[in-house]
Amino acid sequence: MEGTHMATQIKPDRGMVEVNQEECKGCGLCVDVCTPKALQLSTGLNRYGYHPAEYAGHGCNGCGLCFYACPEPGAITVYKRTLAEPVAA
Amino acid sequence: MSEFSVLQQKAESFYPNYGRKAELQHQTHYCPGCGHGIISKLLARAIDELGIQDRTILVNPVGCSVFGYYYFDVGNIQSAHGRAPAVATAAKRARPHSVVVSYQGDGDLAAIGTAEILHAANRGEPITVIFVNNAIYGMTGGQLAPTTPVGAKSTTTPYGRSIFNEGYPLHVCETLASLEAPVYLERVAIGNIKGILQAGKAIRRGLENQVNGLGFSLIEVLSPCPTIWKTTPQDAQKRIREELSKIYPVGVFRDLTGDRGARPAALPAPTLNELPALLELDAAHTFETPDRRPTQAVDWRIKVAGFGGQGVLMLGEVLAEAGLAAGLDVSWLPSYGPEMRSGTSNCHVRLATHAIDSPLISRPNVLLALNEPSLRKFVHTVEPGGWVLYNADTLPPDCRRDDVNFVTDSFTKIADGIGDTRVGNIVMLGALMEAAHLVGDEQVDAALAHTVKSARWLEFDRKALVAGKLAARRIVQGVVQ
Repeated sequence: MEGTHMATQIKPDRGMVEVNQEECKGCGLCVDVCTPKALQLSTGLNRYGYHPAEYAGHGCNGCGLCFYACPEPGAITVYKRTLAEPVAA
Repeated sequence: MSEFSVLQQKAESFYPNYGRKAELQHQTHYCPGCGHGIISKLLARAIDELGIQDRTILVNPVGCSVFGYYYFDVGNIQSAHGRAPAVATAAKRARPHSVVVSYQGDGDLAAIGTAEILHAANRGEPITVIFVNNAIYGMTGGQLAPTTPVGAKSTTTPYGRSIFNEGYPLHVCETLASLEAPVYLERVAIGNIKGILQAGKAIRRGLENQVNGLGFSLIEVLSPCPTIWKTTPQDAQKRIREELSKIYPVGVFRDLTGDRGARPAALPAPTLNELPALLELDAAHTFETPDRRPTQAVDWRIKVAGFGGQGVLMLGEVLAEAGLAAGLDVSWLPSYGPEMRSGTSNCHVRLATHAIDSPLISRPNVLLALNEPSLRKFVHTVEPGGWVLYNADTLPPDCRRDDVNFVTDSFTKIADGIGDTRVGNIVMLGALMEAAHLVGDEQVDAALAHTVKSARWLEFDRKALVAGKLAARRIVQGVVQ
C-alpha cells in the first residue's frame, strides 16, 4: 500500500492507521472523527456481516482520535512517522 | 513500515483474546457504537499509564457491565446486581494496596444498588466507581431506569415516563455531592471526541485518587446505547450531546483531592499464626484439621422442634458441636419466625460424612419433638426407618407409624427429678444417643463442655445425659431396626 502513492505526494503523511477488519463492527465513529477524511467504511463485508472501516491509504495526520472514538479495544492501531523524510522519497 | 512507530494500540490491560465463544474471541460482546467499549478502553489506558495492572481489581456486577472480566487482564470479581460497591469495599479493606474499581451501569447502581452506592460513598470508601449511565436498562431490552428522561418511552413506560408514576430522573452525582465523604465526583459525556477525551482524563483522575490513598471517587459517564435507543451510533452520540447532557449537566461536582490527605488504610488482617491469641486459644493451637471423618458413611438429618424456652436451639447446637468433634461435616440452621413468639420453634441439624449441600431439612431421619404440636407437625415427614423421640409417656393415636422407631417418655419430668425442668432437652439428647448412637459419648460430653459455660449447669446437663440414657434403655417402642 505504501510506496505506490508516496512518490506522488509533496509532503509525506505524518501518520498511518491500521484497522483490524475482523474486530471492526462498522459503527463508523472513527470515520466521523477523522478530520483529514482518511478513513471510510468498506463497501465489502467482513465475516460478521459488517462494513468494516478501512484506511484510505493516505492522508492520516497521526492525531490518534479515531483510536479513542472506536469502541473496540484493538480494532484500530495508529502509527506516527518517526523519520522527518520518507526513506523512499 | 520502518519509518512508522506505534502511537495508539490496544492497551496492555486487555487480554489478547477474550475467553468467550470460540468464533468471537477477538471482539467484545458490545453492539456497534456502544459506550461501554469506549469507556473500557479509557479505563484500560489509564490502568496502563499508571502502571497498576497487577494490583487492579475490577468488580463486575450485572448488566452489560458484567463483561469486564472477559476483557480486562486484572483481578476480577463478579458481584450480585447492584452490590458492586459493597464487594469493592470488602476487596479494598482486605487488600488496601489494591486499586479497586467498581464498574456499574445505571440500572445496577441507581436502581437495585442505590443503598450500596450511597453508603459506600457516605463511608468514603477509597474505591473508584465508574458509573456508566445510558438512561435505560440495556441488556434486558430497554426497561425504564431511574435515570430515564421524563416522557421517554421504554418497554415498561409505553406512554412515556410520567413524573407521577415513575418520578423524576435520578441525579447520582448531585445526590452523592450532598454527602461529606466523597473526594471526587465528576460527570462526563461521551457524545463526541472532546467528551471522550475528557472522560479519559476523569477516569484516570479517579484511579490516581485511589493510588494516592484519597477517598471515594465516582466518574459518571453519559454513554450511548444505540441498539436499545433504536438509533445509529452517530445519532446516539447526538442524543448524548443534545438531550442527556441537558438533563445531566457535565462537570466536576466535588473535588477535595487537594484538601483531603491520604486516608488511613484499613488495618491488615491478622495472619493465621496470630489468630489463636486473638481467639484466646492455646498458643500451640493449630487450624489444620486432619480428616477425622468416620469411614462408615452417615447422613443424619435431625429436626428439633418444641416451644420457645425448651432448649430447642441449644439442643441443636450441642448436636452440631458433637458432630464436629466426631469429625463430621455439620450444619445448624435455626428456624426463626413468628413461631418464636408462642408457637413451635425448630432447628435443623445435619451431620454427615460428606459435604453438606443444603442445611434445610424437609425429610428428617431423626425428629426430636419436645411437645405435641411439634410431633403432629413433623412426624409424617420422618423418613421410614428413622427415629422419633417424643416428650410424653404415650403417643397420640393419629401420630402412630409402624415404619419409624419411637422413643417416648416424659423427658421433662425426668429433668424435674434432677432438679431443673430446663435440662429436659439434654435428657432427650441422652436418650437419642442411647437409642441411635449418632456419635460417641465422649464427643457429646466435649460438645456440652464447649457449649455450656457455667460449671453448675454443666453438672446438671451431665446428670441429665445419664438419666436420658437410662430412660432410653427402658423404653424402645415400635419397630427396631
